[in-house]
Amino acid sequence: MTGVETVASPIPVLMLLTSLVPGVVIFFLREEQVRTRTVLNLGGALAKVALVVALIPPVLAGTELEWRAPLLPGIDLVLRAEPFSLLFVGLSALLWLVTTIYAIGYLEGKPHRSRFFGFFSLCVTATVGIALSGNLVTFLIFYEVLTLATFPLVAHNGTRQALAGARVYLAYTLGGGVVLLLGVAWLTWLVGPVEFTDGGTEELARLAAEQPAVALWVFALLIAGLGVKAAIVPLHSWLPLAMIAPAPVSALLHAVAVVKAGVFGIVRVIHQTYGVETADALGVLGPLAVLAALTIVYGSVLALRQDDIKRRLAFSTVSQVSYITLGASVLGVVSTAGGIVHLVHQGLMKITLFFCAGILAEALGVTKVSRLAGVGRRLPLTSAAFTIAAFGMIGLPPVAGFVSKWQLGLGGLDAGQPWVVLILLISSVLNAAYFLPAVYALWFRPAEGAKWHTEPHRQRRTFEAPPSLVFPAVAAAGFALLAGLLAGLPYSPLEMARFIAERSYSSL
Amino acid sequence: MSGLLGALVLVPLGGAVLASLLPARAAAVTGLTAAATAATAALATVLVATTGTLDLELAGWGAPLGIDLRADGLSATLLLLTAAVGAVVTAYAAGPRAARGQEPFWPLWLLLWAGLNAVYVSGDLFNTYVALELLGLAAVALVAQGGRDSLAPALRYLFVAVLGSLAYLLGVALVFAETGTLDIAIAADSLDSGTSAVVALGAMTVGLALKTALFPLHAWLPPAHSAAPAAVSALLSALVVKASFYVLVRLWFTVYRAEAATLTQALGVLGAAAVVWGGVQALRQQRLKRVVAYSTVAQVGYLFLIFPLAAPGVDAGAGTAAAATAVAGWTGALAVAVAHGLAKSAMFLTAGTLAAAHGTDQLDRLRGAASRMPMSGMAFALAAITLAGLPPTLGFVGKWQLLQASLGSGQWWWVPVLLGGGLLTIAYTARAMKATFRDQADDDEEPPELRPVLRRLQVAPLGLALAALLLGLTAVPLVDLTLVGSPWGGS
Repeated sequence: MTGVETVASPIPVLMLLTSLVPGVVIFFLREEQVRTRTVLNLGGALAKVALVVALIPPVLAGTELEWRAPLLPGIDLVLRAEPFSLLFVGLSALLWLVTTIYAIGYLEGKPHRSRFFGFFSLCVTATVGIALSGNLVTFLIFYEVLTLATFPLVAHNGTRQALAGARVYLAYTLGGGVVLLLGVAWLTWLVGPVEFTDGGTEELARLAAEQPAVALWVFALLIAGLGVKAAIVPLHSWLPLAMIAPAPVSALLHAVAVVKAGVFGIVRVIHQTYGVETADALGVLGPLAVLAALTIVYGSVLALRQDDIKRRLAFSTVSQVSYITLGASVLGVVSTAGGIVHLVHQGLMKITLFFCAGILAEALGVTKVSRLAGVGRRLPLTSAAFTIAAFGMIGLPPVAGFVSKWQLGLGGLDAGQPWVVLILLISSVLNAAYFLPAVYALWFRPAEGAKWHTEPHRQRRTFEAPPSLVFPAVAAAGFALLAGLLAGLPYSPLEMARFIAERSYSSL
Repeated sequence: MSGLLGALVLVPLGGAVLASLLPARAAAVTGLTAAATAATAALATVLVATTGTLDLELAGWGAPLGIDLRADGLSATLLLLTAAVGAVVTAYAAGPRAARGQEPFWPLWLLLWAGLNAVYVSGDLFNTYVALELLGLAAVALVAQGGRDSLAPALRYLFVAVLGSLAYLLGVALVFAETGTLDIAIAADSLDSGTSAVVALGAMTVGLALKTALFPLHAWLPPAHSAAPAAVSALLSALVVKASFYVLVRLWFTVYRAEAATLTQALGVLGAAAVVWGGVQALRQQRLKRVVAYSTVAQVGYLFLIFPLAAPGVDAGAGTAAAATAVAGWTGALAVAVAHGLAKSAMFLTAGTLAAAHGTDQLDRLRGAASRMPMSGMAFALAAITLAGLPPTLGFVGKWQLLQASLGSGQWWWVPVLLGGGLLTIAYTARAMKATFRDQADDDEEPPELRPVLRRLQVAPLGLALAALLLGLTAVPLVDLTLVGSPWGGS
């Protein structure tokens, strides 16, 4: 791509600080300083969104901002605002804002809120760091920080079950971290620090040409380390257990932070470290695509068997996140763009669903799919948001999920791999099979005999549930709808994804 | 300016005398002395970093005859660590009586500090012996401050300290008999690899390994370190074991010959065994201070990887791959040493704080501590992350460098030790933390009542743990410092 210039700038660090500083300050606030905490949280979230909005036009026009500082001997800490990182930062910033509002309402009157919001902000800081990382070592550092910052959030309720889930989560992610560390350390020793470059780095191309077996092993280590967070089968078992976390945490984990960090890293490794050409020559893309396809089907089949709403959603995440891996590992601009855009679309839809699940549990005490009958009348807005997101997951137009699947399907045909379309069809049928009955029950099944239970502090006369819970859900559903409706406009997620994908192939 | 080196020993020594003469003012005297010593160490470090190795010949005689004081990057690194940990521990110990034990704590601690600094600036083998002896005796006396229960471990520690010193002294005597000099650099040149040289080096190594608690010579450490008062445990684990390690490094890197490659491997294997054994034992302890003490046994193991990873490259020319690998091993092990010093003192101080609040350090009695004393919980967690070598801490910098050295020198067998050791560290620290976590819902039993503790008992350890974190993000100056005057370094 011509016309790209890199400018040294402190703005990438500023983007980290907008959540790091509030996070650190919040740790030291007393429990009852609700207003200060809220101002800090929302102020940081708004500042981050503003920064992203201001950066998108210049960065797409070819001005990339970079900040670097020596980290280890010979290795810099590099933060770079370029199109792909901005796409991910944009998603995190937007959803962090929405989730913060939701979490403030969700945790009203519950203990340990300063601890919660402190780690919550650290978690977002790590995610933004992952997005902005300009080389593998920087990525690795934020990747591990993310593990550590999310652990207390998963364990937040402090019950035996929460601790058990958090422990499994920690064991899986730290194990994955060790494998990734080995991969990165090995690669760094082989070719020096690797900076992410569109179309892949020269060092890797040379390594793959000279020592293909070594390049293959390093690739396997990197993908295995990343695959844990991306919940690729058979490394996915932590995800359904981690849904024990409070609803806003699950929302963040499934939509923005943890699983996304995994797939984001996979895309970075394939497209900006090895480069599609090199990866294809090594023959690693085919097996990875097959693994992703297996995960898509397997996750959906398991989701079908869950009655617990959050567990069903968790298995659905296992399946949906692998769309991104699939898109990234099928050769061609169209497919890659499909994978990248699903990074955003899945986030918007899944966060809506988890918000709704949280409202159902908090407002009515409903946690099972089998008890959804008649909820539509009692919680119309929540149910509407749930319905939109569920339709999107199935891939019905005009919700964002349709755009992703369409793009991925076209990409499969484009690349001469029609089996991708078959996988997408199977998956969509399964998606429909586990989402449609829930939607049907919400709206059309009578609520007779339902035992709803509303906690005293959740009771409102004027509105279906606390507005700070409902509005974020409705807003997120609205975003998912708009991303689908306006996919053709400039700066839409799809347009950005295409732009990024083209850069990845333009050097060929 | 190199008079600073003398001051590094004389200031705490004078403070110790003053503190023992004025028992009523001992804390104040120690505070002032600590500030002065720490400032001197900081100044000396800056000088070493900017101008290179410092040298001071006392009484005007040269190396073979007089007392020669010397500080290069390796010395400066440990002087600085001692100053940082020492200053914070002094502040912590000025809290409640239980934090430091009986009253002679103050002069003994200053004596210990003088001993540590003396080890780091000694230029010859005999001065090093005197410094080690001073250090050992002060350390034993400090352990005995823990009261009745600490007497048996203290006695055992005394036995070990004396035995270690004697073995070292035997080696020194052999070197002197063979070469007629006590200057290690001069001795190395005239020493051939005959039997007496091997015996001398062997005796010194065993004596020092015993003092450093290298597996399998570690059994004395856990009882001694966990029986002592909190401030003393922190000093022993963070600083005292580093002194004998420092002497070992000094020795091996000065006299290393290619024939000794197998021996460095053997030291590395013992270190690896320590990582595993210490970690597994830490997993099985029921008391927090014992967990932390066994963790020291494990962490000391990492330090010994410096021998197989850096020693073989000691003569490699600048810019060669072998030199780059050796540099990575050297800087990595020393980064681990500093990280461990900061994190381990934070951990022991936190354990002391929790024990003070709960009246015990039994793991199953610390329920709810994490949410009721969040600052202590945070300090312990950060220290654990550092010890496990997770980013963005200094521990990670050390582990990364050691990994690069292992891969670069083709010694891949250390890789599983480095990676697995980190997981083991997480396992035992997480187990300890889990005991402090459970606070709600499914426990009917009321959590134990807390005794109020001074704020500084919570703040001081957090400061040390944060230092280990921040150094991880700005490690390059520290890494450069360790190389000043080293076999590969600048002036």
